[in-house]
Amino acid sequence: MLSNYFPILIFGAMVLLMGTFLVAIGLILGKIMGHARPDKAKQSPYECGFEAFEDARIKFDVRYYLVAILFIIFDLEIAFLFPWAVALKEIGMAGFWAMMIFLGVLVIGFIYEWKKGALDWE
Amino acid sequence: MIETIYNIISQYILLPLTIAVFPVDYQTEAMLFFQTTIKILAIVVPVMIAVAYFTYAERKVIGFIQGRIGPNRVGLFGFRLWGLGQPIADAVKLIAKEIIIPLNANRSLFIIAPILSLAPALAAWAVIPFDDTKVLANINAGLLYVLALTSLAVYGVIIAGWASNSKYAFLGAIRSAAQIVAYEIAMGFALVGVLIAAGSLNLGEIVNAQSGSVIHWFWLPLLPLFVIYFISGVAETNRAPFDVAEGESELVAGFHVEYSGMAFSVFFMAEYANMILIAVLSALLFFGGWLSPFQGIIFLEDIFSWVPGMFWLLAKTSIFMFLFLWFRATFPRYRYDQIMRLGWKVFIPITIVWLVVISSLVVIDLPPWFS
Repeated sequence: MLSNYFPILIFGAMVLLMGTFLVAIGLILGKIMGHARPDKAKQSPYECGFEAFEDARIKFDVRYYLVAILFIIFDLEIAFLFPWAVALKEIGMAGFWAMMIFLGVLVIGFIYEWKKGALDWE
Repeated sequence: MIETIYNIISQYILLPLTIAVFPVDYQTEAMLFFQTTIKILAIVVPVMIAVAYFTYAERKVIGFIQGRIGPNRVGLFGFRLWGLGQPIADAVKLIAKEIIIPLNANRSLFIIAPILSLAPALAAWAVIPFDDTKVLANINAGLLYVLALTSLAVYGVIIAGWASNSKYAFLGAIRSAAQIVAYEIAMGFALVGVLIAAGSLNLGEIVNAQSGSVIHWFWLPLLPLFVIYFISGVAETNRAPFDVAEGESELVAGFHVEYSGMAFSVFFMAEYANMILIAVLSALLFFGGWLSPFQGIIFLEDIFSWVPGMFWLLAKTSIFMFLFLWFRATFPRYRYDQIMRLGWKVFIPITIVWLVVISSLVVIDLPPWFS
């Protein structure tokens, strides 16, 4: 059973190594063949030719944060749906209606968010 | 044929090597390790070649759609061959380019980000079944694994945007992260629909649940979910028309604006590997994977019975890969508020409604799909 997951472990390790190898070979060959001549303008962040004004870690819109919170809630709902979906044929009508009630509660919350304007992006 | 090559390699190269190098106690484990490595290479190498030639196909297809020819100069061995040498020339150029690391960037995060972007895009291939029997890891939580790994892609993006310490990269990264996260919910709900219909998380069993004929495939009962899944896949990979994260006309290149050379091309490979992954998953989950489209048709079924299942999977995948390119050449870019509206206010309500519909159909055992 668990031995089926063994190839995934090797696969994960191999693709991480492969990515590291690709970037490493790029760094090394790029140093040798790319004629690296660092200067201040080349190594400053790109801002369409201007000198960078200030640090780039600026304040950003709170709506991105809101999206992240809403994502956590809905992703959790999906996590609840997964086992139910697999077992639906065995648990029959009782399981079906239990999940319908759960989805109903979810939809009420969704309508509340919508009415409050949490989903708007204007 | 693939089995024969694998058996020859396993018998005549790996077995003597293992016996020669390892002590007797560890030979079984070493052999298992080597065999798994060979199988992994047999998946990863074709995927990487597909990624290289997908970029060529993209330039060629979009060229033809716009009445141009596309790349046609770089050939192989002195022949032009319609520009087939282009991806190799690009790879050589990118390897030789210098990787510039900005002075006020976080060096370690800057280098780790492309690796974290490529690894999940490739690792998800571990559970993809190419045939009835050809699957590397036949695990019973396959779909969950795929969903988890496609979610990990957002880390590469956000780390790259943060580590670059550049305003364009930062704005591109947070836009991209919010967009990926928003469409992942619609995608997750669509996958739950497939689960309800198939009753299993194992990708092979999901395909086998669709056998019968073309109308038994899940695209028919799950049509809205399929459309939403594919559009979410396009949004998730930051492809046109949802490519505001890159948005050439305003953010230059988005989260990878500071990357050059091989580091940039690793991001590029990750994006294309993700697109191929979305295409192959669409074929597996909604279009019967390796099942023949002529199944169940009296005469044609026999004529095409010699075609290997892998061919049908590749043919279906190619169609979806073509759709990605077609979308890019056809649709104008969405505005960011429109993207968020589509994800939250259109896709999520539709998927929830269709989940209720599909679970009712399963409970009442509606033929021909759920009987």
